[in-house]
Amino acid sequence: MSKISEQDIRKLASLSKLKLSDEEVKLYQKELTSIVTYIEHLSEADVNGLAPTSQVTGLKNVTRADALIDYGVSPSDLLKNAPAKKDNQFKVKRMIA
Amino acid sequence: MNWDSIEKIAHDVSSGKVTAESLVERSLGAIEETKEYNAILAVSKIRALERAREVDQKVKNGENIGKLAGVPFIAKDNFLTFDTTTTASSHMLENFHAPYQATAIERLEAAGAIMVAKSNLDSFAHGSSTENSAFGPTLNPLDKSKVPGGSSGGSAAAVALKIAPFALGTDTGGSIRLPASFCGVVGYKPTYGLVSRYGVVAMASSTDVIGPITTSVEDAAVVLDVMSGKDQFDGTTIDRDLEIYDGKPFSLKGKKIGLVKEYLSSGIDEGVKKVVLDTVEKIKAQGAEIVEVSIPSISLSLACYYVLVPAEVSSNLSRYDGQRYGLSDTTAKNLDESFEKSRAAGFEAENKRRIMIGTYVLSSGYYDAYYKKAQIVRTKLINEFNTVFEKVDYLIGPTAPMTAFEIGKNVDDQLQMYLADIMTVSANLVGIPSISIPAGNANSMPVGLQLMAPQKSDRNLLALAAAIEKEIE
Repeated sequence: MSKISEQDIRKLASLSKLKLSDEEVKLYQKELTSIVTYIEHLSEADVNGLAPTSQVTGLKNVTRADALIDYGVSPSDLLKNAPAKKDNQFKVKRMIA
Repeated sequence: MNWDSIEKIAHDVSSGKVTAESLVERSLGAIEETKEYNAILAVSKIRALERAREVDQKVKNGENIGKLAGVPFIAKDNFLTFDTTTTASSHMLENFHAPYQATAIERLEAAGAIMVAKSNLDSFAHGSSTENSAFGPTLNPLDKSKVPGGSSGGSAAAVALKIAPFALGTDTGGSIRLPASFCGVVGYKPTYGLVSRYGVVAMASSTDVIGPITTSVEDAAVVLDVMSGKDQFDGTTIDRDLEIYDGKPFSLKGKKIGLVKEYLSSGIDEGVKKVVLDTVEKIKAQGAEIVEVSIPSISLSLACYYVLVPAEVSSNLSRYDGQRYGLSDTTAKNLDESFEKSRAAGFEAENKRRIMIGTYVLSSGYYDAYYKKAQIVRTKLINEFNTVFEKVDYLIGPTAPMTAFEIGKNVDDQLQMYLADIMTVSANLVGIPSISIPAGNANSMPVGLQLMAPQKSDRNLLALAAAIEKEIE
C-alpha cells in the first residue's frame, strides 16, 4: 500500500515551502498514504466522454472597466501588518544565501 | 433567554422600544457567561458599543436604519473586520489586523447590524469539529464533552448559546450545515456566488460560500437577503432574486421532494435515520409527494472533494509566506528559509496535510489521475443532480450520518473525520443551495435535516424549509 514514501513527503514539503521535522515526515507519510488510497476510488468512475468542471454557475469572462478602483485602502494601511518594512516597501531576507 | 426574531428586534430598535446599546450589552454579557465553551476568540466591545449608540441616536433623530437595525451578530474569525484581529484560528494570522472589511460585513452594517465578536473555527476552516483551531476546541453547548462540528463550530455554538441572534459562517464542504446540525440550529449554504466572498479568508475558491447560522429559517432568510447580490470585488458573484424569501405562507401540498437513497444506506446512525424518516412522514401527511431518488456518484463525492479542495487550498494558502503579513520567522538566513520556517510555524497539522495533498494531486505525473479526474467526476455528479431535478424540485436527507461526537475521538484518524462531511460536500461541488434545520434528537443530541434545491432557487428552498420547520415544531 505504502504509495507515498518519506522521500515523496520531503519533496512535497519542499514544493509547498514547509519545513518538516523527521517526526512530521514519518507521520505525514502514514497519513497521506491512507488519504491518497481513499481518493484513488475516483479511478473506479466511468467518465467516458465527460469534460472537467472548474466553474459551476456558468459565468464566463467576467470583466470590469479598465479604470482605477478605490478600495479605500492606502499603501500605509497595507504595510501595517508587515513583519519588516523600509521606505514604504516590504523588506525581505536576501534571496541568494 | 431566547432572542426575539430578527425582524422583531429590528422593528423594536427602529421604533425606539429597545435600544441597540442594551442589545449589544446583552450580547457582551452572554459572551462573558459562556467563556468556558471557547466559542469566541475576540470581542469588538468598543466599536460595537459605539455603533450601537450611533444607531440609537439615529432612531432619536427619526432616521431610517435598515432591516437589521441594532441586531448584534457574531462573525466567524475568517471574515476581515475592523477593531479585532482576524486570525482564521491560526498562529499564522494571530496578530493580523485587517485593513478593510468583508463585503458581507459592510452590507450587514449598512443595514444596521452590529458585529460584537469573532468566533472560533478549525484553522483556515480546515476541519469538521473545530478541534483544529490553534486556540483550542469549542465545546458543544448541549454537551461539553462533544464537538460542535466544524469548521464554523464557534458560530453555531454562539447561536446555540444565545450570544447573538445570528452568526456568519463559511461553507466549503459543509462547514455551516454540519455545526448547525450538531448544535441544533439552522445553517444556510446559499447558491455558489450569491454572496460575495470579498474579504473572507479563501479556502477552496470553486466551492467556498458564506451564509448565516440562526435559530429559525425566517431569520436566515432575512440575513441572507441583506448580504446577497453582485459585488464588483468578487467576480464570481451572481445576480440575486429581488426578494430572497418574503415569509408568505407556503403549502407543502403537491411539492415534489426527492429522498436521496444514497444518504440513507450504509454508515448512517440508526437514530439519525429514524428522525429523518419520521420527518418525511410528517411532510407526506401535509400532502408533499416524496419520491425516492438515486444519485450514484454521491459515493465518489467525498473522494472528489478531497482532491479538488486540497488542490485549491494549496494554491490559496501559498499567499501566507511570512513577508507581507502574518507570522514571520526571524531566524531564517535567506528568503526561502524564511518561507519554509514561517509556514511551518504558522500552519496547523491539518493545514499542512491539505497543502501537501493538494501539491501532490497537482504535480506533474499525478495531475491527470487525480485533479483532472476529480474535475470530470464533478461533471458527472452535476449531471446526475440535474437529472434528478428534472423529476423533483427539492432533495431531502440527513445533514450528517451521525450526531456530535466526543472531543478527541477522531483527531488521529483523518478519514474518519472527513466522513462527517459525506452528506454535505455534494451541494458544494454542484453549487446548489442547501440548508440544515433541527429535526429532532438521537443519542440525546440534535439531528439536522438537510434540504437542497437547484441553483438559484434559494427563495423556494427557504420557503420550503420554513414550512417543514413548522411541521417539526
